[in-house]
Formats: sequence, C-alpha cells, structure tokens
Amino acid sequence: MRFMLLFSRQGKLRLQKWYTATAERDKKKMVRELMQIVLARKPKMCSFLEWRDLKIVYKRYASLYFCCAIEEQDNELITLEVIHRFVELLDKYFGSVCELDIIFNFEKAYFILDEFLMGGEIQDTSKKSVLKAIEQADLLQEVSWASELT
Amino acid sequence: MALKIVKGSIDRMFDKNLQDLVRGIRNHKEDEAKYISTCIDEIKQELKQDNIAVKANAVCKLTYLQMLGYDVSWAAFNIVEVMSSSKFTYKRIGYLAASQCFHENTDVIMLTTNQIRKDLSSPNQYDTGVALTGLSCFVTPDLARDLANDIMTLMSHTKPYIRKKAVLIMYKVFLKYPESLRPAFPRLKEKLEDPDPGVQSAAVNVICELARRNPKNYLSLAPLFFKLMTSSTNNWVLIKIIKLFGALTPLEPRLGKKLIEPLTNLIHSTSAMSLLYECVNTVIAGQYSCSVGRIKSHLLCVQKLRILIEDSDQNLKYLGLLAMSKILKTHPKSVQSHKDLILQCLDDKDESIRLRALDLLYGMVSKKNLMEIVKKLMIHVDKAEGTTYRDELLTKIIDICSQSNYQYITNFEWYISILVELTRLEGTRHGHLIASQMLDVAIRVKAIRVFAVAQMATLLDNAHLLTGNMQRNGICEVLYAAAWICGEFSEHLENPVQTLEAMLRPKVATLPGHIQAVYVQNAAKLFATILKNQEGNTDSTAAQETSQMMIDRLPLFVQSANLEVQERASCILQLVKYIQKLQQKDVEVAEEVSALFAGELNPVAPKAQKKVPVPEGLDLDAWINEPPSESESEDEQPKAIFTKEEPKHSRPRHTEVDEKELARRREARKQEQANNPFYIKASPSSQKVYQEAPGVEHIPVVQIDLSVPLKVPGLPMSDQYVKLEEERRQKERAEKKKKEKKKRKEKRSGRGKKHDSGPESEEDITPAHVVDIVTEEMPEVAQEDQNHLPSPYLCRVKICICMFCLCRPLADSEKLPVRSHRAAGAPKSPAEDGEAENATPQEPKKKSSKEKRDKKKDKERDRKVRLRCWKHLPPSGHKSDSRSTPSEGRTAARRQLRRCNLMTQCFTFLVFPFSRKVCDIQGNLQDGSQVVVSVIFENKSDSFLKSMEFNVLDSLNSKLQRPEGSGPHDGLTVPFQLPPGVSNEARFVFTVQSIVMPQKLKGTLTFIVKNEDSSTHEKLDFKLHFTCTSYLITTPCYSDAFAKLLESGDLKSSSVRLEGVNMPFHHLLARICFHHHFSVVERINSCASMYSRSIQGHHVCLLVKTTVSIDAKCDEPTLLGNVLDEIKQTFSQC
Repeated sequence: MRFMLLFSRQGKLRLQKWYTATAERDKKKMVRELMQIVLARKPKMCSFLEWRDLKIVYKRYASLYFCCAIEEQDNELITLEVIHRFVELLDKYFGSVCELDIIFNFEKAYFILDEFLMGGEIQDTSKKSVLKAIEQADLLQEVSWASELT
Repeated sequence: MALKIVKGSIDRMFDKNLQDLVRGIRNHKEDEAKYISTCIDEIKQELKQDNIAVKANAVCKLTYLQMLGYDVSWAAFNIVEVMSSSKFTYKRIGYLAASQCFHENTDVIMLTTNQIRKDLSSPNQYDTGVALTGLSCFVTPDLARDLANDIMTLMSHTKPYIRKKAVLIMYKVFLKYPESLRPAFPRLKEKLEDPDPGVQSAAVNVICELARRNPKNYLSLAPLFFKLMTSSTNNWVLIKIIKLFGALTPLEPRLGKKLIEPLTNLIHSTSAMSLLYECVNTVIAGQYSCSVGRIKSHLLCVQKLRILIEDSDQNLKYLGLLAMSKILKTHPKSVQSHKDLILQCLDDKDESIRLRALDLLYGMVSKKNLMEIVKKLMIHVDKAEGTTYRDELLTKIIDICSQSNYQYITNFEWYISILVELTRLEGTRHGHLIASQMLDVAIRVKAIRVFAVAQMATLLDNAHLLTGNMQRNGICEVLYAAAWICGEFSEHLENPVQTLEAMLRPKVATLPGHIQAVYVQNAAKLFATILKNQEGNTDSTAAQETSQMMIDRLPLFVQSANLEVQERASCILQLVKYIQKLQQKDVEVAEEVSALFAGELNPVAPKAQKKVPVPEGLDLDAWINEPPSESESEDEQPKAIFTKEEPKHSRPRHTEVDEKELARRREARKQEQANNPFYIKASPSSQKVYQEAPGVEHIPVVQIDLSVPLKVPGLPMSDQYVKLEEERRQKERAEKKKKEKKKRKEKRSGRGKKHDSGPESEEDITPAHVVDIVTEEMPEVAQEDQNHLPSPYLCRVKICICMFCLCRPLADSEKLPVRSHRAAGAPKSPAEDGEAENATPQEPKKKSSKEKRDKKKDKERDRKVRLRCWKHLPPSGHKSDSRSTPSEGRTAARRQLRRCNLMTQCFTFLVFPFSRKVCDIQGNLQDGSQVVVSVIFENKSDSFLKSMEFNVLDSLNSKLQRPEGSGPHDGLTVPFQLPPGVSNEARFVFTVQSIVMPQKLKGTLTFIVKNEDSSTHEKLDFKLHFTCTSYLITTPCYSDAFAKLLESGDLKSSSVRLEGVNMPFHHLLARICFHHHFSVVERINSCASMYSRSIQGHHVCLLVKTTVSIDAKCDEPTLLGNVLDEIKQTFSQC
C-alpha cells in the first residue's frame, strides 16, 4: 500500500499516512487531486478507480471517506477489507466511532493504524491482538503519566 | 527540582492542549489562517521551555497542524527531543510526529540513530514497538545501514509483538539498504515457520513483496510456501502466498501444474471474494504455462467471474469485468459467449463499470457480431447522458470497427453510414476522428468510393445542419473529409454541379480556415471533373456556366483572412479566369485541367518520415533561428490531424517575418506535409501501389437500392445494412450449401466426408468489401530496418535489490556494519553471524553422524550428487599445516579465514555429465604456491553414499597433495559418508607452480551407492577450474603508492574494450571489484584506477574509463592477458 487518507465529505483531511517517501508538495497535490476525484463520484459507483499508475480503493463510512492507494498487482478486495478492519478497530476502541473522535484524538487514531499496518503491510490479522497492544500501550502511558504527577 | 516540575505542571494547565486547538480551529472558521498563526507562535514559545511535557504537547499540536497542510519542518529538532524522552507517553508522540513529518531529506534524522538504537534495545517492548513503527515511516539509507543489524537481532526477539514488527520493517530496510538482504535472509526464512501466526504472516508478506520485485531468488522457497498454502486457513496469508506463486510461475512452469489443483479447489470452496478473486487472477495470469488443467481452469474462472459480474455489488461487478478482460487476451472465445452479460453492463448506473464493459467489447468483436454490437452501442450513444461518456462510446465504436485494419468489417457501406450517423452527435469533440476514418476508408477501400462520395455529397449539401450551432463546432471537421472525398473521387459524383454549388456557398466562409482551404482546393478538382464531363457535349454553355459560377463565388474566399484560403483561392480564381477565356475561344481544356489533379493518393505510413535519411550536413536539432520564447510555444495549437489552423487575426510579429523565419516556416511546412497522409504531393511511387493492388473487379459489390432513405439526412440508416448483410450472408450460405451438395453428389461414391453446415464460423463470412490498400507508403530507403527496439521507457526498474543470488555465502564486504565495541563483547556479533553463515556448509557434519545411524531406513531413489568447492590457501606461515592431511588443512584454512577475515570469491561452474548438476567453486587465496580447495559434497539422491574417493589428474603445473607413501595416481579418501540430503565439506591441498595461466583439472569421484537391498559402484567426473582471477587477492592500495608503482616502469601494459556494456559506471566498478577481486584506488569523474595483487605478488593495475575501456598494467603480461580475458567474459555474460 502506498498511502492511506481519511477525509470528510467537505474535503477536510482527517488522517494521512504515507508508506513511501513523498515530497511534501507532491503529497499536497495528490491529496487535493484525489479528494476531488473521490468526492465527485456518485454513491452507487464502485469503490475502485485507476489513478496515475495506482489503484485507488475507497469507502465511505458516514461522513468519512477512507481512501487507500495500492499498486497494480495488489488485491482491491483485500484492501477494502483492510479499510473495514481499520474502521472496526476504531469502532471498538472509541466505542461507535464518529468523525469527531478521530478529529479530537487523532494521535490515537494514528496509534491504532500503526498497530494495524506497518510500512503498508498488515501487521496483525487478529483484531484482538491489535486492540490488546493498543490497550497495553495506553496503560503504560497512563502509568508514566501518573508517576510523573506523583 | 520538585518545584520545577510542579511549576511546569501549573504552566501546562494554561497551555492549549490538542483538544483546545482543534476546538479553536473549528470556532475560527472565517479566519482560520490567522488563528493558526497565533497558535504556531504559542507553540514556538512552548517549545522553548524545558518541561518535556509542554514540549510534547506542542509537538502533538504541530503534528495536527502538519496534517492540515502547515509547514512544521522548523520544529524537527524539537521532535527529536520529544522522541528521546524516557517517558513512553512523550516518546510515543515524538515518534508519531517524526513518522508524519520526517522524510529522507530531513537533516536531523542523522541525530536519531543512537536514540533509535537505544529504543530498539529497550527492555520495554512498547518502546521498541514505537521505535520500529516510527522507523518504518522515515527510514533512510543511512539509518537502514546503521540499524539493520539491530533490527535483525530483533527478528529473534522473545516477544512475537516485536518479532513481527521487526520482520515487517526489514522490508523497508531492504529497500533502502539492499546489501542487508543477503545476511538477513536466512533469518527471514526461519520466520516463515514461526510459531506465532502474526510473525508468520509478516514474513510471508515481506517475502511476497520481495518476490514480486525479483522472483528468481525465491524459487527455492516454493515447496515451503506450497506447504503453507495447503495448510493455512488465514485468507490474508493465503492471498499473499498465491500472489507470490503468481510471480514465481512464469519462471518455473512446472509450478503451474502443481498449483492448478489447490487453486481450483480454493476457487470452488472459498467464500471469501477477495481470495476467490486472487485465485482467479493468478490462474488467468499463469495459464499459458500450465497446459494440463488449463482448459477446465479457465472455463471455471469465466464461470466464477460471471457470478461476480451478475452480483449486485458494484465492486464485484467491476472486478469481474476487469478480470474478464485479462482472460479475453488468452481465451477470447470463452469470453465471447458471455456477450449478453457484458452488453447488459453498458446499462449500468456506474460509469466506471460501463467503461470496463466497453473495453471488453473491443476485444470481443468478430465478423459475426460486429454489426450487432455496434448497433447496441449506437443505441447507447443516443441515450447516453454526459458528453464524456458519449465521446468515450464514440471513440470505442471507431476503435472497435477500425481495429487491425478493419478486420471485422464485412460491409463498408454499413460502416460509412455508421460514421455519418455519428456526425449527428451533439457537441462531440471527436469530429476529427470521424473525419479521419471517413478519409481512411474512402482511400483504402476502392469499392466503397461510389457510395462514400454519394454520402459525402449529401453531407456537404446539408452542411448547415452540422455547422448551424456553434456548440457543434467539433463536428465540422467532418466537412473537411467530406469535401476532400467529393473532390478527390469526383468522377463518382452523381450530380457534380450541385455539389460544387454546395461547396461554394457563402456560408462556407464561416468554417475554420483549414476546412475552407480544402473546400477551395477540392472545388477546383470538382471543376476539372465537370469540365471533362461536359466537354463531350455539343452544348458548351453548361461548361461556361460552371466557370462563371466559380468566378462569381471564389472572390469571397480570396478575401479570406486565412492565408492558406486566400492563396489557394486567388490562384484558382486566376486559373478559372484563364480557362474561361479559352472556353470562349472554344479551346478544349478539360484534359489539361484534369491533369492538374491526376494520380492516385495513397496513405503514407506514420513512420515514413523517420525512415527518410537525413541529408549530410543537415542538423535537424539545431535552431535555424533564435529559439522562440516560452510564451510563443504555448500559443501553438494542439496538434490537429490536419493542417494547423492559422490564427484568425495575425499578430503584429507576423508582419515582421524576415527571410530566415520564412525559411524555417517553409521547412516546417514541408515537414508537416510529409507527415500528412492527405496532403497532395508528387510522389514517384504513388502509382505503383495502385497497380499492385488487386483489381477492383474481383470485389463483390452489393447492389443497393438507392431509392431507400440513403439520401435523406437525419435518419438512421445503418440498421438497414445489418439486414442487408444478413441477407447477403444467408444467400452466400445457401450458395455454399448448393455447391457442397453438388460436391457431395459428385463424391457420392467416395468416402463420405462430413460437411458441417451448422453454425457458420468466422472464416465462412466473406466480406462484401475488402481493404485494398493495406500497406502504407514507406520510402524505399531503409525499408529493411523494420525491427524496432522496445522503447527504453517501457522497462522501468523499480528497485535495485535482489541483484544477487541468495544461495551463495556471504562475502566479507556484505556483513552488516556494527559498532566495534559491541563486536568485541557481544557473543552474537554480526561478524560471527557472517562467519556462521560462511560455515553453514560445515555444520551438517555433526548432523551427518547422527543421520548415519538412521541410514538403514533410507530407501532407494535416484541419485544426484552435488559438489560445491571452495578453494582456500593456507597462509605461508602455516606450511606445515598445508602439507598435512586434508582435514588438518581444512582447520588451518578455517583459522586462516577467521584471522584474516579476508575472503575473495569467484564463480566457476562445473558441469557433471553424469548427474547433470551445476556446481560452483569459490576460492579464497593467500600467499604461497599452495591452494586449498574445499569441496562440499551434497547428497541430493535418496540413497546412502559411502567410500567416496576424490582423485584429480595432476597436471605439470598443479598437483594434488597426497599423503606420503601413496602413488601419484592414488585417490584421496573422503573422510565421511553421506546419508541422503546431507552435505559435508572436505578440503584438498594443491600445489601450483605458475599462476599466470588459468587451468582446468579433470577429476573423478568414485563412491558406493547403498540402497536397502543393493549397492553399486558409481563414478562422477568433474572439472576444477582455476581461473587467474582466483589467484588475485583484494589488496587495498594508496593512491601515492599506486602512482609510484606506475612510475616504476616495471609494468607491462595492455588494454581491452568491453563491448555492449551499458551499466552505470559504479556498477561496472563494483562488478570488477566483486568478481575479480580488485579494489578501487581512486575515482576521478570518468575514470577509476583499480588495484589487485596475485598470491605470488604480481601487481595488477587497471584504469577503467566510462567509455568502458580498460587500460591495464602488470609485471606479468600473461597473467594480465588472462585476467583481462576473464573480465571481458564476465561482462559478456551480463
């Protein structure tokens, strides 16, 4: 996977993760271009499109678009699964996630994504173990927080 | 201290946290930028504080702002500070910020190496995890090099959580630092069988990604993956494995056969669409290579895809069509039977699905179904909403019909009427496409000209329908074609005077210039034809009336603002005036006038211009004039297929064209004319093709009842041809049957041959018209130069890893760098890792003794013995060792290896005729005249091997050292036995007199093959190849010493050119260093000096130039010559 974007229906970027080194300028350009294309698509249209030399897989959950760019030989359907799995993870973690959760806790959303995907590859296919890792890391964070205050 | 912390905490309470920032931004929608700039100022203040919590908070906010698109690179150092906090909370934020904001050019990354290394070895697994995750985003080649070893160690961490992350990040490390692949690979391979499924799937992921880039190296893993594939139930992993096999199959066709069964099983059984899709894709892609299950498997795929396409899920539909188009390439027939389904998809709501279906249709047409498919498409054109999709349809229709030289068109009248129908499209921008098709067909299909001319005349007559609306501007290009066809083939016109009148209407002056020009020119052609027709008549008034009409109408064009139109019009006007004068004197002029336009025009191949050799002394790239400014080139019109349209209002700079500018333009125009197949020009070969083409008489022409709506514009009529065509085919079929019947009657006495008069096949359909002119004109020069090299742009190399073979042992240079103080203390230093790697072939010895006990269980199988040899030289100080028994020599050589840590390698291949196995020798040479050859014996058979005896036929120069008391032809006993699948190493000492020549030693290995019930004596012949290169040792040399050496004058020189080597210069150098044991002394721009020393102390100096020539010097010319030959050979192999 080359990158993953989360953006709202209004075209506001909520999350971006790049798995290949890309210059800041190109990133902005690509994000803008992609958002335009994806947002213009009608709801009944399929989730895949070919863009430059990449394949774009996107899915809309409520007001958020999850959008992944994959390479020519990659499997579109499994990428949809990845997106869905990520949404499920967010959902489990936040408890029925909404856009605001991701806005206000964007670092948590990143942590979850990082536990789930690494370098564009799936790290763990088990939801449980991803959530467990996140919970334990959070616990550790709280401990260090607490120790600092005392 | 405590006070400080408390103070910091209190301060922090007044700071904005992330939530506040987000809320603030949401509340300041109108002046967001202003608000954020104040926020950034605050953050800058916060970053100046000592309190790490405040800093972390600031960095967290920055990360958010970075996502919104603000530049935060100025805070990179602060991010590093937060990263190095000992508190996990802050470290986590720091790494997150780094992973979002850092990229390869961030200079502070250099500062992070030690911090990351510390975190990687942290006792807390989450510290390590966070560091690994961060690193995966911003790893640079430097970081990869410095940390590769640490990460490799983590691959064997006790916690699966760390192991899997380490495995995954290794992929990124490989990409950035390819040299790490070989040392890390064995461990990566181990992880495929890790007890933890997460780690296992990570390893599968990484290897799959690597294999997609260079499958060759991973073929050996196929059995392991096959096992995983049949045992795994995890769909994520299965998909990756199948993808991997997809990459491997083209290299090893046998895999295809093996895979087809599990794949079809999966296709049948799986409920996961993603897995099904992957399997189907792999089967399609690998199909050409597996022939047995092939017929069934692709039908199965098509069947499954049909289910996908029929599914209500748009995604599945889309993918189904996508995969279908892949099958279409190999099995068009099996897809064609689903035409109904694909035509249905044209009605889909989703445009991307419709476009996919269109793509498919392109490949599905045949002579039989073309008309039907196009008819369907025409219906879609009519009801299509949105010009983009309709334009897409239009181009597709034309593509479908014109593909492979109109192969599928049986009736060109039908096609022309389709084109005419397409001209009625509102607002299409593909007018020129339709026009070029009309021209192409009219020129190439001679039989259609009568019909085409009639149609075009109608079009011209109704030109107002096309041009009436400014919206339909694009379509008026069609008139260009219409005018040209009517003019060029005017002899077929039914009523030329009427057409001429239509072409000279005042309304024409509103058309674009380049079309008007064609109008004027072709009016002249028409005029010539009319004259010719009328001259025979007794009444000459008709001819004079026509002349008068020309003279009346042409002045309108003479006044045209367009230069081209003006020029042509005034020229023709004068001509007509002159003709009129002659007519009044009753002079017959028709002959002369039509001679102006005599001769056939043929299409010119698009590449024709390229084939014309450039005359000597003409530099096409040089500017004739000063290069035009940027803005000027932008003014140029996008290339039209016809002549360029001159701007209507000539700009001031056009008035001040000088002589040179004119010349340049003339040149450009000539160029353009040459490229333009429709430009009328004198060509000596233009008549030739005409004569060679098959005669017109042989073309069956359908009688068309012209009373039917043909002449009524605005009504679709192509349908009628579908019917006509059907009738024609039926008639033909009936005739055929009759003939067959006759034949059968005649043959009644003979053997009854079965004539299948069932469904008509492709071949049965004879076209009504054929394309006469297939070949396009090419200049005769360089005709033979037809083989086009593939464009270099097509082959893009993505990554440079994987250039090397993973099976060969590590060279010293490949070991991962490590800090020296660790190497000294730690037991698992990479140097030793590398050592262990080198020594792997030796390990099986212990195993073999174990397996010896099991030897009785072994069953009889075929035998293959594999030998791998290393050549080692004992150090001069250990002469006693080397003279002793081979086993002692081996330990000595090994000690030597460890001590000097100097290992050079070479590859030679031994071919064993007996077992047809290729083996490699690798050499390690030190001073002296003695060479230790270490041979790895690997038993690839399933039988037990024992009593092995190794013998080499001594040459004058090289002798195998034998124990005292044995004869010169006695063999040496190999001191071990080999159970099946086991390898072991033995070393043999050779004495070499002269090293200036390469040599091959013949040898024999005798052994006893022991099966359960029998034992046989077998013999294996082999050759040992001692190359001159293998006598060279990489020796570093300083440039001043090197210079002195060259100045000494003791060296003889020689040189060699490497032909056909076009690799980057540093690769070239690396190759020479690697294969021939040289070291680079100095590299200056386009050349490099290299040095090496032989075991007998010969100096070899090279000067390699980017022009791939090598000047070499050595104190032993023969050695030098041989080394150069070997270098040459190395490069001829690549």
